[in-house]
Amino acid sequence: MEKRVRFTSTWLPWVLLAPQVVIIGVFFFWPAAQAVLQSLQVQDSFGLSTEWAGLDNFKTLFGDSAYLESFKTTAIFSVLVAVLGIALSLMLAIFADRVIKGALLYKTMLIVPYAVAPAVAGVLWVFMFSPSIGVVAYGLARFFGFEWNHLLDSTHAMSLIVAAATWKQISYNFLFFLAGLQSIPKSLIEAAAIDGARPWRRFWSIQFPLLSPTTFFLLVINMVYAFFDTFAIIDATTSGGPGRDTVIMVYKVYQDGVKGGDIGSSAAQSVVLMLIVVSLTILQFRYVEKKVNY
Amino acid sequence: MKLKPFALASGVLALALSGNAHAQVEVQWWHSMTGGLNEWVNDLAKDFNASQKDYKVVPTFKGNYDEAMTAAMAAFRAGNAPHILQVFEVGTATMMAAKGAVKPVGEVMKQSGVSFDPKAYVPAVSAYYTAPSGEMMSFPFNSSTTIFYYNKDAFKAAGLDPNKAPTTWPEVTLAAAKLKANGSKCPYTTSWMSWVHLESFSLWHNTLFATQNNGFAGTNARLAFNSPLHLRHFENLSNMAKQGLFVYKGRASVAVPSFVSGECAMFTGSSGSYADVVRGAKFAYGLSALPYYPDVPGAPQNTAIGGASLWVMSGKKPAEYKGVAEFFKYLSNPEVQSASHKRTGYLPITMAAYELTEKSGFYKEKPGTDVAVTQMIRKTTDKSRGIRLGNFVQIRTILDEETEAIWSGKKEPKEALEAAMKRGNEQLERFEKSAKASAL
Repeated sequence: MEKRVRFTSTWLPWVLLAPQVVIIGVFFFWPAAQAVLQSLQVQDSFGLSTEWAGLDNFKTLFGDSAYLESFKTTAIFSVLVAVLGIALSLMLAIFADRVIKGALLYKTMLIVPYAVAPAVAGVLWVFMFSPSIGVVAYGLARFFGFEWNHLLDSTHAMSLIVAAATWKQISYNFLFFLAGLQSIPKSLIEAAAIDGARPWRRFWSIQFPLLSPTTFFLLVINMVYAFFDTFAIIDATTSGGPGRDTVIMVYKVYQDGVKGGDIGSSAAQSVVLMLIVVSLTILQFRYVEKKVNY
Repeated sequence: MKLKPFALASGVLALALSGNAHAQVEVQWWHSMTGGLNEWVNDLAKDFNASQKDYKVVPTFKGNYDEAMTAAMAAFRAGNAPHILQVFEVGTATMMAAKGAVKPVGEVMKQSGVSFDPKAYVPAVSAYYTAPSGEMMSFPFNSSTTIFYYNKDAFKAAGLDPNKAPTTWPEVTLAAAKLKANGSKCPYTTSWMSWVHLESFSLWHNTLFATQNNGFAGTNARLAFNSPLHLRHFENLSNMAKQGLFVYKGRASVAVPSFVSGECAMFTGSSGSYADVVRGAKFAYGLSALPYYPDVPGAPQNTAIGGASLWVMSGKKPAEYKGVAEFFKYLSNPEVQSASHKRTGYLPITMAAYELTEKSGFYKEKPGTDVAVTQMIRKTTDKSRGIRLGNFVQIRTILDEETEAIWSGKKEPKEALEAAMKRGNEQLERFEKSAKASAL
């Protein structure tokens, strides 16, 4: 017997959807359409004159070796942030799930970073790692003889922005993993324990597979986060330096558009970025999702 | 007839509001001044408002320079731009090219019938904000320039004469070597790489930074900092960096605390950093002119202007423009100017204000405060008037990026400067294209 409730009306579903459609339309599709339009134009900063440029903005962009380098930088950064963010938060969620005493305190502390604005997060990390002045940089030089200098060393700079961006996202991932772990029936784990499975084995054979929908969801979300939401962190920590070694694509969009007032090029870059993220998401749904058990 | 209470109330309210508007014309002023400078801007508005009854200047902080400019661009597109906008020197060419968005200050003053003499202003400052036609485009407000600071205590400890600052780059290198021998971890550092070591450096040596007289003669300017002189300077800096004599401390003004904390013994940066040094330095310090290469003919000429000017936005009412003109007249007053100069360390923008400050004995009382002024109060040449380029914000970022490759040892100075020229010229071509489009 069919248990589902069925609406026979043709218009009711649309009415119920309308508020959401309006919000998405105004805040997502309209700006996206504007970006596409502006990417095909050359405009002065005040919008006094607009000239049709066709694909010129894109041609200039792809003729610029600096822009092509930012693809690589973005790929390294995004993969590191997504993988580290997910792995660390999964680990923390497992620990927090097992902890009995003071669980609330741990959980609260782990969630707090999510409330920190990206720019503030960036400034916090810069304070700690500022060469020769920051607490951590000073400590590294003093006790380990390690000269930390993200101003000139690209590896240091990349580590710094990855750490700041990951730290910021761990809370979000943690919440989802914790909820996911808590929704796994205790009986399954207890049954495995009775069968003699150690915690490690129980994790790989039971918890991890059952968490796969959460992990997949977080993979998509974290990729999008690394691609779009991290420019404030970069602006506050490295400003893209040394050289262009931490200029990821979204930071260049911000630099050229907001700081430089070059709307055409900035719009073209955001269109490219949009295409990349859309295709990445489609790829993830086509290939990675097949491994997910719901 | 029955009057609804609500309609009556709103009618009275409308009357009251319009009555108020007649009494005082409001002038919106967007600025980017923080901390003590924010208080200074508020005091200027307050004093002006108290000095007369017809106009009320309302200052609003709109974020740092590029944010305020972006905010104004967006506001202009939406039809609610402020009357006055503070724009940093790097944005000057962009503002000049936006002919329909701005109203030249000369025109504002003339139409309002307020007496105004462009010749009263310090030439190196006012020339920067003057169009090729001779019309003053924006009102010089807070101007600074690049100077040299040094730690006298560190000099003494290293066996150097604390009362004699190095005046040339070879002397700086020698002093740095002595400081290092005495254990200094950072003998010399700098803020604002492009402004100090390329822009001001070029003007100081009467050498072009870009063609078309550094962009003053047209939007078709292209970068020219691949001269033997520029290359020599960057090779010198690169060698200093390799020997640990010059330590790179970051972009923009990030290096200032390194000098103030005593870590770095010598420092080049904005004269506007003086306030930070006074407040924070726990050692004897000295201010001196920017170093130069003594064998270059024409050096030292004058240094480059920094800071910002006030632009008047278009499309406002004549009465409001009259208010703007009266406010600018108030700001040009020598007493107001001189007080601002003493308070902030920014340059006095009229000759009268400079003379007044000198007469008051301020420069004798606080030695070094006149360094920036004497670097700027000179007769400028076509090559030294200033640097006015489109997409300058991007060009400065490119220069930061490419020069960082020198300090990290990834690129040779020649390679880095040439890469910066190539990338910078692409920006200039883009700007020329959009400026041409808006002129049509």
